[in-house]
Amino acid sequence: MKDTALSMDITPKVAIRLSGTGGQGLLLAGRILAEAAAIYDGLNVVQSNSYGPEARGGASRSEVVMSRGEVDDLRCRTFDILICLSQKACDSYYADLMERGILIVDSTNVAVVPTSRAVEVPMTKMAVEECGDRMTTNIIALGVLCGYSGVVTLKALNSALQSSLRKDLLERNKKALKLGYDAGKEIAERTPDKKRSGLRDFSFIREPAPAGKDHRKNGRGKVHAVAG
Amino acid sequence: MAVPKPGEPVLLSGNEAMAYGALAAGARFYAGYPITPSTEIAEVMATELPRVGGKFIQMEDEIASLGAVIGASLCGLKSYTATSGPGFSLMQEHIGYAAMAEVPCVIIDVMRGGPSTGLPTKTSQSDVMQAKYGSHGDYPSIALTPSSVLECFTLTVRAFNLSEKYRAPVILLSDEIVGHMREKVVLPDPSQLEVINRAKPTVPPEWYEHYQDSVTGMSPMANFGEGYRFHVTGLTHDVYGFPTERREEIAALMEKFKNKEIHNTRDLTMVEEYFLADAKVCIFAYGSVARSAKQAVKILRRNGVRAGMLRPQIVWPFPKLPVENMLEKVSHVLVPEMNVGQLRKEVERLSCTDRAKVQGLNVLDSSFITAEQIVDRVREIRARHRHVGEYVNG
Repeated sequence: MKDTALSMDITPKVAIRLSGTGGQGLLLAGRILAEAAAIYDGLNVVQSNSYGPEARGGASRSEVVMSRGEVDDLRCRTFDILICLSQKACDSYYADLMERGILIVDSTNVAVVPTSRAVEVPMTKMAVEECGDRMTTNIIALGVLCGYSGVVTLKALNSALQSSLRKDLLERNKKALKLGYDAGKEIAERTPDKKRSGLRDFSFIREPAPAGKDHRKNGRGKVHAVAG
Repeated sequence: MAVPKPGEPVLLSGNEAMAYGALAAGARFYAGYPITPSTEIAEVMATELPRVGGKFIQMEDEIASLGAVIGASLCGLKSYTATSGPGFSLMQEHIGYAAMAEVPCVIIDVMRGGPSTGLPTKTSQSDVMQAKYGSHGDYPSIALTPSSVLECFTLTVRAFNLSEKYRAPVILLSDEIVGHMREKVVLPDPSQLEVINRAKPTVPPEWYEHYQDSVTGMSPMANFGEGYRFHVTGLTHDVYGFPTERREEIAALMEKFKNKEIHNTRDLTMVEEYFLADAKVCIFAYGSVARSAKQAVKILRRNGVRAGMLRPQIVWPFPKLPVENMLEKVSHVLVPEMNVGQLRKEVERLSCTDRAKVQGLNVLDSSFITAEQIVDRVREIRARHRHVGEYVNG
């Protein structure tokens, strides 16, 4: 029995929280991210939302957990990656970020960042000035996530955009995705290794970990060792 | 969004999967009143039902919704409605009516925080007892609890099958988390699905008894307009549906209701056992929480604790036999629930000789019960009992 127990599915996961205010498109972004990872990157995904009774203005967040194995975490306590599009979200959720997790913020709205390692991109500003549409902020955020962390591929995100958005909105959102991607990639490249090396590596999501290797020694923090 | 093709991976929410499951089971009538967190089911039905020749009606409230569903079902359409706690309370009257008049129908309750208007966007499992005892009188209750998006599809098909087979209202107890979460699923091919339709009378119309007495509780059903005459009422009735006060007729009817549960236990028992064979600690969980329980079992096993999970997919009738078997084997049972312990009490009842071994983990603040919380509680229980020497080796 012990052997069976050890062979149980304990594949590592990546938990991502997208947070901000109602109306910023976080639920849609979460859904697009989940679709990209599940359908086009072929991972197993659980995506969930949390929002208040009001349509706009209240706290809103969307969570995506992805893995090559089974996902049974319908809600997570801590996250590997936290995306914050508002100051309030950043203040309330930073505590839920895992040790050495990645914080991505929209620097147009988040003036005070709790860590020097935050990935700061003026997403709303870019959306308004370069895409001509404030509504593309959420897609820029996905682009930054993709460019900086690589948990999801750009190709998959593009395909998910294609299948989820109205045709007339597609053009500007694809542009937004590329803009975000470039911004994220650029930050990842210019950040000195020394500063980055402490952060989590998510390459395991792209290729299976070698058999028998314990993922807990592979860039996963202690918190998640308990969570499996 | 079009109906997803079977056999291809799609990202669906639990609510959407339930709506597609209903379509696959042959549902052609939906009457409802939108309510968070169940509204997506109505949305899908409003788009999809007209395309397959079905009818969607938004009613003025939940009482009328179930009334319309019962009417449509009597005319031969597989019918259902979806709601949440407040609407489920309103529907209780008609659930009793459907049970009394033996009309097949499915009621989906996507549970949210209560009582009253409660927490519209937050999860809960506090309608479990209402699904059993919500309406007055002794009537057969059947309720299913899906815990994944795929199960939202398959158990919805099962719910329709059970309601058609037993001519009874069947309740699908989902919750906000299961309803709103999205997962990758591959929907089964329609040819792989077992779809049961109500049994038709084989006798000529003049011999037909709409409420025929039967040991199994099952009896054939003619639809309105097919030439078979019967009367439908909420009053206690004879085999033709006309009110009666004759004791033997009353007794026969009540017996038939009882028999639906008693004589079909095997068909109405559906549980998943996960690492239960050699388990010393059993986590008894259902719905969304069962996913955390499964994860907790993995963590505990990895740490050398012989944990297992028993998960009822049909909670009503309560799976007496599997629970009794489990209680005989394990030292401790933990029942994590997002309510005050509604099903824990059922488990306790079956372990009357040693009630102390059944414990609850109850969360009432609208948050979800995570695997870590379950693991912590199991460790706590183990530590406490090891201390007094009751707990031996794993």
